[in-house]
Amino acid sequence: MKRTHIILLIAIAAMIVGLIVFSAGDFSTYDTIGSAQQNPGKFVHLIAKIDRSQPIEYDPVKNPNYLSFYATDSLGGRTKVIFRNSKPTDLEKSERIVMKGKMTSDHFECNDILLKCPSKYKDDKKELEKTISNLPG
Amino acid sequence: MHFEGEHLLPGQIGHFFVLLAFVASILSTIGYFTASRTADTLLKASWIRFARISFRTQVFAVMGVFITIFYICSHHYFEYMYAYKHASLELEPKYLLACIWEGQEGSFLLWTIWHSVLGMILIRKSKDWEAPVMSVVSLAQFFLLMMILGIYFFGERIGSSPFTLTRNEIEGPIFSMPNYLTFIKDGIGLNVLLRNYWMVIHPPILFLGFASTIIPFSYAYAGIQTKRFGEWIQPALPWALISACVLGTGIMMGGKWAYESLTFGGYWGWDPVENASLVPWLILVAGMHTMVIYKATGNSLRASYLFAFLTFIFILYSTFLTRTGILGDTSVHAFTEAGNAMNIMILSFVGVFTLSALTLFLVHLKRIPTELKEERMDSREFWMFIGSVVIFLGAMFIIAKTSVPVYNKIFGTKIAPAEDVEFSYNKLIILVAIIIGLLSAVTQYFKYKGSPGTSILKKIALPTLIAALITALLVIFYPITYYRQGAGFLGAIYVALFAAIYALVSNAAYIFIVLHGKMKSAGASVAHAGFALLLVGILLSSANKKVISNSGANGINLPASKDPMTKKQDDPTENLTLVRQVPASMGPYEVTYLRDSAGKEKGRKFYQVQFERKDPVTKNTLEHFNLWPDVYLMKDNNMSSNPDTKNYLNRDIFTYISYVVSDAYNSTDTSRFIVHEMATGDTAYYNNGYLVLNGVVKNPSNEKYHFKPTDAALMADITLFGKDSMHYRASPLLMVDSIGLNMVDDTVYAQNLYIKFAGVTDNRRIKLGIRQSDQIIDFITLKAYIFPYINLVWLGLVIMAIGLIMSAARRAKLSSFYTRAVLVLAGAAIFYMFLLAN
Repeated sequence: MKRTHIILLIAIAAMIVGLIVFSAGDFSTYDTIGSAQQNPGKFVHLIAKIDRSQPIEYDPVKNPNYLSFYATDSLGGRTKVIFRNSKPTDLEKSERIVMKGKMTSDHFECNDILLKCPSKYKDDKKELEKTISNLPG
Repeated sequence: MHFEGEHLLPGQIGHFFVLLAFVASILSTIGYFTASRTADTLLKASWIRFARISFRTQVFAVMGVFITIFYICSHHYFEYMYAYKHASLELEPKYLLACIWEGQEGSFLLWTIWHSVLGMILIRKSKDWEAPVMSVVSLAQFFLLMMILGIYFFGERIGSSPFTLTRNEIEGPIFSMPNYLTFIKDGIGLNVLLRNYWMVIHPPILFLGFASTIIPFSYAYAGIQTKRFGEWIQPALPWALISACVLGTGIMMGGKWAYESLTFGGYWGWDPVENASLVPWLILVAGMHTMVIYKATGNSLRASYLFAFLTFIFILYSTFLTRTGILGDTSVHAFTEAGNAMNIMILSFVGVFTLSALTLFLVHLKRIPTELKEERMDSREFWMFIGSVVIFLGAMFIIAKTSVPVYNKIFGTKIAPAEDVEFSYNKLIILVAIIIGLLSAVTQYFKYKGSPGTSILKKIALPTLIAALITALLVIFYPITYYRQGAGFLGAIYVALFAAIYALVSNAAYIFIVLHGKMKSAGASVAHAGFALLLVGILLSSANKKVISNSGANGINLPASKDPMTKKQDDPTENLTLVRQVPASMGPYEVTYLRDSAGKEKGRKFYQVQFERKDPVTKNTLEHFNLWPDVYLMKDNNMSSNPDTKNYLNRDIFTYISYVVSDAYNSTDTSRFIVHEMATGDTAYYNNGYLVLNGVVKNPSNEKYHFKPTDAALMADITLFGKDSMHYRASPLLMVDSIGLNMVDDTVYAQNLYIKFAGVTDNRRIKLGIRQSDQIIDFITLKAYIFPYINLVWLGLVIMAIGLIMSAARRAKLSSFYTRAVLVLAGAAIFYMFLLAN
């Protein structure tokens, strides 16, 4: 066995061990609002919709770092969400949002909200059809 | 039904060109492949002739497709889906190209065009390698053209043509009318986020990078196919170097773009789409080094094959990741689901190239020659090989993490990304950076096949000392303040900084100590020094990046709250609200939002934000500048925000609007103007203070107004004295123009005051209207960062690119005249793009 082979084997072994050790806590899960409420304090990703029957609360003059709204998911779960940051611009428009954060006793403390960047709406046929139908004619 | 006003001919021509190109690519693949398997020289030559004609036909047709799309988009023929989706009437001409490669079809086309250009060069330059090399290129063209074919095959649409008609693609009541086109007044146009000169230049360079990786792949295939197992390295190496240069530049352009005009708050975020293009580049860099090792010593040939194959395979894999919608929720800029047929085609493109290349490699593995002699520990090739393996493993780590959505799809799992995605990458990649930094510092000082004696230590002593010294100075005078991830990571940052500085110093020193300043052979050293500088820049700018808009700095905002779970203080929340004309302190600056103004484009608004740094003792202004971040206000009150940056040599002040209300909510305000008659020097009172009329200026020419002496305009120069002892200036205006009498009111937002120049009286007095409102009128919410030493990132990239070109020119035995010409042109272009164009 040549030295290079030994090094290769060691490197690959180190890589695998390293990956396991380093990344053990590095993944989270996609959860429903219901299951997140069962595990308060656990970092999760929620896929949800904005509950439009409730107001989206954001007053940047009072505090630009406080946004709160209600979210629901397809399994009927519902929670208040607090996001201590500015309001993402497409929030009202978005059909579906992915939120990262932790559930607390009374709300979901959100660290990050992922929205699709707007170019994506363009490839959506339904969006285009909506635009076309709204043309005067 | 006959539809009025449609231009159907360009679409038919375009579709014909697509079909022609597709058929020609099949013929050239067959031609080249047969030629590469034919031993008979005459027969071989005639097959090559046939294949060349086919390939050139394909190139011609592809150009035709491109010109047709350009024609359709530039003439705003919205009956075509592509023009409707991507072009619009108000789109500036410079974005016409950008709107073509915004879409899925256009970007495939761009890739095809680059393959065509590279193919034409290969036909001229690749000599006896032409047949096998070009059969791979032609096959790739076949797959790419299939993606834009748009013909029906057993009821399933193959490829998505850029020439489909809007009325066939989407449904709507207007399409039942013959004059439907009269209702489509405008196209949707290029996304405002993308209206940026990077959108014009970044995709072509990136796709040239993608396209060029097929050349080392093709040569590796040719090496096995012709059984000339080691000879392909010679012609393939310059291509690999150029490819690394172009792809690297393309990737960093994306980073610069994200930094400059998008609001991700940095140039790199480990987004899957970014990773997907970085990984092939890393493998290519690893392969480039093993190829150099093979040329010098005969070692590492198998690794060179593997890396050359994997580079292009991972380019295809990244296409699969970004274009099939599989990344879904994990990426901000992947394409959406392209439809099942498209996914299958992309998958088959990836599958055919991956399986055939790897099968060929494994079947012939035993026949690929290897050196039996052991490498010595003090040889250059030994450490280069280690470095290549480390880079490769780093790439595998990145792609393994990026591929999590793929595992989720296959195994039905629900693994989501980490809580802190960036750190989950950084903590491992920093180890790779440390190893690579150290290796690229010392390896060049070793000789191939072993370097007996102690001369290495002597040569490297000085650079080591200098690097240690610089690092020590840095620790003392410019410490890293990245405490967020604990002492261990902070230590790792320092070690990485030393490694990067060490690599920089010792590669620069190598040019003088060992090469005695001979720049001709200094390509590798220059490229390594550039890479090291890039690393230094990345480490400094990321580790010491500072948010200066944290709200604790401003009385208006509540202090950051405590994390309810951990009871620790949260990260300082990063947004600051600025009320118009009310200064707020932000880091070392006093910041005031002065005014807004409309941009050229509809819905675009710029906000003037003034930054002032004052001497704490004398209160003199030390530094003063304005930034103009802007937003596009779109329907539904949604907006897109473009940052503005103040560039200094050693840092950038970076700011963007994170929230703004489109209309100040004072429309319900019913308060009236109270008119005062005033002479120069008179005083008038309002709720919160008083104002003094300093004088009346005829035809003022200043920052705000630009009148000529022949105009008829009067400006009242007013100073306001607030109860809070703040002073403000106001300058309402009265003018006569062709329309008649015209008044330009002034607003002092901090005092909630409108001031109107209402007229002139007989006795040299003026009428001044004052209106007080009790609402806060105008504000913006913004984020601001300081990125220190970010210019080192761009400068490092430029130097690395120049070094790679130098190496490529030398390996390709380019004459010194051409080498210089290419270096000056390419170097100047990249330098301009990254460091000057702003």
